[in-house]
Amino acid sequence: MQKQAIFQSKLLPYALVAPQLAIVLIFFYWPALQAVIQSFLLQDAFGLSTSFVWFENYIELFREPAYFEAVVRTFFFSFAIAISSLSFALLLAVMADKPLRGSMLYRTLLIWPYAVAPPVVGVLWIFMLHPSLGVISRYLRAAGVDWNPLLDGNQAAGLIILSAAWKQISYNFLFFLAGLQAIPKSVFEAAAIDGARPMRRFWTVTFPLLSPTIFFLLVINIVYAFFDTFGIIDTMTRGGPGTSTVTLVYKVYSDGLLGGNLGSSAAQSVVLMIMVIVLTGIQFRFVERKVTY
Amino acid sequence: MANVTLRNVRKTYTGGFEAIKGVNVDVADGQFCVLVGPSGCGKSTLLRMVAGLETVTGGEIDIGGRVVNQIEPADRDIAMVFQNYALYPHMSVYNNMAYGLRNRGMAEAEIKTRVAEAARVLELSAMLERKPRQLSGGQRQRVAMGRAIVRQPKVFLFDEPLSNLDAKLRIAMRVEIRKLQRRLNTTSIYVTHDQLEAMTLADVLVVMNGGQVEQVGNPLAIYEKPATTFVASFIGAPPMNLMSTRPDEIKSQLGGSATEADIVGIRPEDFVITDQAPAGGVALPLTVEAIERVGAETFVYGSREQEDQRVAATPGELPPGEIIVRIPGTDAPAIGQKIRVAAVRPKLHLFSADGRTRIEA
Repeated sequence: MQKQAIFQSKLLPYALVAPQLAIVLIFFYWPALQAVIQSFLLQDAFGLSTSFVWFENYIELFREPAYFEAVVRTFFFSFAIAISSLSFALLLAVMADKPLRGSMLYRTLLIWPYAVAPPVVGVLWIFMLHPSLGVISRYLRAAGVDWNPLLDGNQAAGLIILSAAWKQISYNFLFFLAGLQAIPKSVFEAAAIDGARPMRRFWTVTFPLLSPTIFFLLVINIVYAFFDTFGIIDTMTRGGPGTSTVTLVYKVYSDGLLGGNLGSSAAQSVVLMIMVIVLTGIQFRFVERKVTY
Repeated sequence: MANVTLRNVRKTYTGGFEAIKGVNVDVADGQFCVLVGPSGCGKSTLLRMVAGLETVTGGEIDIGGRVVNQIEPADRDIAMVFQNYALYPHMSVYNNMAYGLRNRGMAEAEIKTRVAEAARVLELSAMLERKPRQLSGGQRQRVAMGRAIVRQPKVFLFDEPLSNLDAKLRIAMRVEIRKLQRRLNTTSIYVTHDQLEAMTLADVLVVMNGGQVEQVGNPLAIYEKPATTFVASFIGAPPMNLMSTRPDEIKSQLGGSATEADIVGIRPEDFVITDQAPAGGVALPLTVEAIERVGAETFVYGSREQEDQRVAATPGELPPGEIIVRIPGTDAPAIGQKIRVAAVRPKLHLFSADGRTRIEA
């Protein structure tokens, strides 16, 4: 169904969308275009001269082993964050969907962490898990675990995944809860009468009926893990120890702003841009069709 | 095959609200029991308690000689048809019907035979591979029925299964459900707010109001001898005319043992337009207010001179002082005309002042 508004003047509709268009053009298209142009340029070490080098930045980038390590690491982080936060959020949502006393209260509490800014999340987790400051670190060490994410790359990666996933749980929880509540209660009741025990009911009824939500959230979470974990990484590990927590986005930042290699940094951001476009394309293509029941 | 017995069944919610206030009903093996009542009377709650979807806070529910109060819905050997059908949207028609059988570990071959048989009976054979969203309302309803019958349970429970269908389909499905139940001879409990559905389907009719049973019995017996004014006005359409005998001429017409009655009820079809007052019966002068001709019969809405004749607290739609008369054919008096209507003594229903007791004259 399409609604058609009728305007007296031909200019009015354009005037109405102009502010939004201006914002998108100035803050999105223009920097994106800048990045594309920048990715074809090479500057000398002092920024005195700039030359047009075609695809040299890209060729250089793809030859760099560290870049591929970052690609693999980013994908690993993304899937680890997405899957852990999705499954935990789903578990919480299924629990919170049950008719219990005070459910509104803890539903609200479960949604709150979403309002916390990523760098604050980083700080929160540092307080808990910093090798010398952290509360939990002390217990870990007392339990005989050699806990030091500042030196151990794997532990640092685990820390990033943990805090990034934690932050995303609220968002996923909200969608799962809405998705669960959109399923008529009588469907679950029918399944109960049909002899399906709770676990079987979950896997044969709840899970398939939530699959559109799950797919939507999977894409959203991967995009989140790709881009929005920057704040967490920057506050917690700054990419270290070594390069063990350098993701693609963090590499754009560290190569460009810290390393001064603007050409390569721009090329990396163009690659990232293409990835987002592909992910969004998948999202639009499949959410509408395959996953609906 | 089983009988269902409810013994003093109660439901009190945690807030203290008493939804079911002690219900006793006995449904014999193979009988079709209909729970009818206005919305909020507790009939759905009671059905859901039999299904095991609501806890029982008092009394006993007995299915086939076994008290099921603490037994899971899956183990009560019942099948339920929901108002919104509650089909599994992601499963095909076949899988919707097979789901309950698979959960019970039945062999695929046996499942296939049972589903095929149910589909044949319900004329769904051509659409076994379809998803519920590709079906019409009536077809979905039949799938819901199919899901119930493949299980071959002891008891069928129906929660207003026809209220989402259009009027024509509703009548067709009503007949289908009755035929199917007769053929399978499975004990059934059916909830509806539609008194016509209740009358046509029931072997045993249970009229409920405010969490209590008002009357139990054969539908025609209830129609002919309603025990309370609530039942009198709820069963029958258009509703029975209920009038107070106190302030006007009705009481003097009644005489005899009927003098202790404070409310008199007369069904619209029991009135005759006539100037002759029948002995022991009731005659009333009316001014014709409106006429409804529906073909085979005509409804005459008239007002009486005196106000306050109508008894309150009934689900009837009539304003006080208004009387419905149902006459055959299309010949009717003109609007504004003054007429006299009369009903003979055997057609009068007499009740005590609170409407809770029927008085046999």
